[in-house]
Amino acid sequence: MIETYDLTKHFDEFQAVEGVTLRVEAGQILALLGQNGAGKTTTVRMLTAILTPTRGWARVNGFDVVEQAEKVRASVGVLTEQHGLYPRMSGEEYLDFFGQVYRLSPAARAERSRYLLEYFGIAEAAKKRVGEYSKGMKQKLALARALMHEPPVLLLDEPTSAMDPESARLVRDEIANLRSSQRTIVICTHNLAEAEALADIIAIIYRGRILLSGTLEALKEQILGPVEYEAQLSRPWQPDGLQLPQGVEMTQYNGSRLRFRVKRPQETNPELLRQLAAAQAPVVTLQEAPRTLEQVYLKAMAEAQKAPAPLLQ
Amino acid sequence: MDWLTPVWLITKRELRDQLRDWRILFPLLVLTILFPFLMNEVAYQAVEFVAKYGETLLVDRLVPFSVLIIGFFPITVSLVVALESFVGEKERGTIEPLLTTPLKDWHMYLGKLLVGILTPLLSSFLSIVFYLVLVSHQKIEMPDGWVLAQLLALTAAHAVLMVSAAIVISVQSTTVKAANLLASFIVIPVAILMQGESALLFWGNNQILWLAVVAVILMAGLIIRLGLAHFQREYMLGREIDVLSLRWIGQTFWRYFKGQAHSLGEWYRLEITKMLRQLWLPVSILLMAAVLAFWLSFQWTVTVVPEQVEAATPENFQKIAEEVKGSPLTLGMSPNLSAPGIFAHNLQAIGVILLAGLFSFSVLGVLFYLVNLSLIGMVLGFLQLMGYSAPLISIAGLGPHGIFELPALILASAAMLRIGVVLVTPQSGRSLGEVWLEALADWAKIAVGVTLPLLAVAAIIETYITPNLLLSVLK
Repeated sequence: MIETYDLTKHFDEFQAVEGVTLRVEAGQILALLGQNGAGKTTTVRMLTAILTPTRGWARVNGFDVVEQAEKVRASVGVLTEQHGLYPRMSGEEYLDFFGQVYRLSPAARAERSRYLLEYFGIAEAAKKRVGEYSKGMKQKLALARALMHEPPVLLLDEPTSAMDPESARLVRDEIANLRSSQRTIVICTHNLAEAEALADIIAIIYRGRILLSGTLEALKEQILGPVEYEAQLSRPWQPDGLQLPQGVEMTQYNGSRLRFRVKRPQETNPELLRQLAAAQAPVVTLQEAPRTLEQVYLKAMAEAQKAPAPLLQ
Repeated sequence: MDWLTPVWLITKRELRDQLRDWRILFPLLVLTILFPFLMNEVAYQAVEFVAKYGETLLVDRLVPFSVLIIGFFPITVSLVVALESFVGEKERGTIEPLLTTPLKDWHMYLGKLLVGILTPLLSSFLSIVFYLVLVSHQKIEMPDGWVLAQLLALTAAHAVLMVSAAIVISVQSTTVKAANLLASFIVIPVAILMQGESALLFWGNNQILWLAVVAVILMAGLIIRLGLAHFQREYMLGREIDVLSLRWIGQTFWRYFKGQAHSLGEWYRLEITKMLRQLWLPVSILLMAAVLAFWLSFQWTVTVVPEQVEAATPENFQKIAEEVKGSPLTLGMSPNLSAPGIFAHNLQAIGVILLAGLFSFSVLGVLFYLVNLSLIGMVLGFLQLMGYSAPLISIAGLGPHGIFELPALILASAAMLRIGVVLVTPQSGRSLGEVWLEALADWAKIAVGVTLPLLAVAAIIETYITPNLLLSVLK
């Protein structure tokens, strides 16, 4: 589990992170989103006990990042922003080195290294020097290093960057597997589709402060408003004679599409469909209007940039 | 030895990296093999040249000197490895994964220090052995085993000193380029040190050379301690560029100098009293050292000097008299002592002690301080030999102004000693520069608030009261 309260980091007069309070349970994935320089990496570095917080506290796997820094570091697997591989070592040697750093036995190192190299599809290049690896292979090896000691907490900075779609899918599957084995995972990413697919909790960080945090549904509700339903029409149609049931409000009409805000969709949507049919509306489908994390993110960022002060307080 | 395993792990990995990098291996191999050939040829030419004049003494000394130089060159080349040990990894982005592991700070530090020492030392020793093999095939006399042991010890000490300083630079720098530029601050002082050692070699004074070995190792130990004390994971990632901000330096110094005070009275009440409390231990140590230095020099003068005077010839006296007359110290002396002159002279002494201390972890500063006190002991010893009463002379000639001057000297030297101690003490959350500025500001507090006023009073007394009192006693 990861827990932070009022976590703050200043570099002289520069406020890198300000008052971050978060809680991620075991088996949950938190996606930290934000612009470059928003404070994501600094937050992760504090959670890794590399940077000491200026104010506030953080506990990782039950250990305090200041008082029990070594135990924190032993509990986390970190994929850093730069993969940080040694180019003159082979992939196998590299994983073995980190296995030794984490005090794994020779047998455990060999087994774990073999498994990870095979899982990520780089077993054939195991004896090649890392300098000869492609970008994607390097990223996979760096991820394998983070998983080498089977840590209960994973902090992953852009885990699928530089990967081809197949490899990215493989990594996403592995992250999902790790969640099911009750690990706590934090992902820093610019890939909003990835965050949407993986995260249980999303936190948007802006200028060092948490702008928004919660489940995806909660964020959609908060930023984009209540759920809307969309009726696709086969041809242009005028809804002049349409009788809307109680609790339904039409929010948009553009000739071939109607949008409704419905308070109790389970009860009201069948009635709405009946009314549309009665008005001879050429309805093809009625479904929840698509609302993505990207919409949430962009709207939140736009509002923050327009009026940063009220949002940040 | 479980604690050594992680250290060795870091060392082993870096060693393997070096052995796979031809850009490191090639110059090292060339230097190891080519340089002894070159030196051997120079030595051979020197033998031939000196032999023409029937001289051999220089050649005896030339081989040990060559060994010293041959040992030194591979260290300077492989210093690059130590210089980029931390900052290079930082630039390549490989340091962060290492910093996220449960390795302790000193594991990483010592691991890199060890590999930094091993490579140049191995190369130096191989080069020396190679040179000695070449020498053994010629008509040049080989240095004896004792001198060889001394030379190897000196080479090892140089390697430890240079590498430990290079690692400190590597930790504190933000780019490899900056670290390489700062390397001159290692190579030049060590080259100067080696000039002194070479002089000792030619002079043939082996005992003093052993002292040089001990001094270099001591200095290396202090630098390692400094590096360990100020190695912080955060520092490795916290800064991106080197910024030399004079404004920051000025503001930081002033902040520490002023402390919490808002007025001069408050400054004395809060800051000076706090500093004086903090100085009780260094003051006690320096006070004891002062008594010991004074007593030893006094005893040495009253016991050894008469024996030497008895054994001396009139020519010896004549020579000493001429040397004293011609020495810069005597030439610069003014027979008319003035209060500002005395004040400036004492101020200069305090300044020299500070400067010497700043660049030697206070070691040289303390040495200069002790020299000052030993001189007083010697002068009193001479006066005793001339038939005067040393206690009476002390009271009349030293007492009136010494009451002010000696505490001023001891306090300023204690503040200087504290700078060295603070530098080698771990300080979390602050950069080495900030720690150094605070220590310097603390010294300045004592210098400005206590030492300067005391020296001013002492100078006035020494000009207007002490000479009259001393004359009346001497009559």
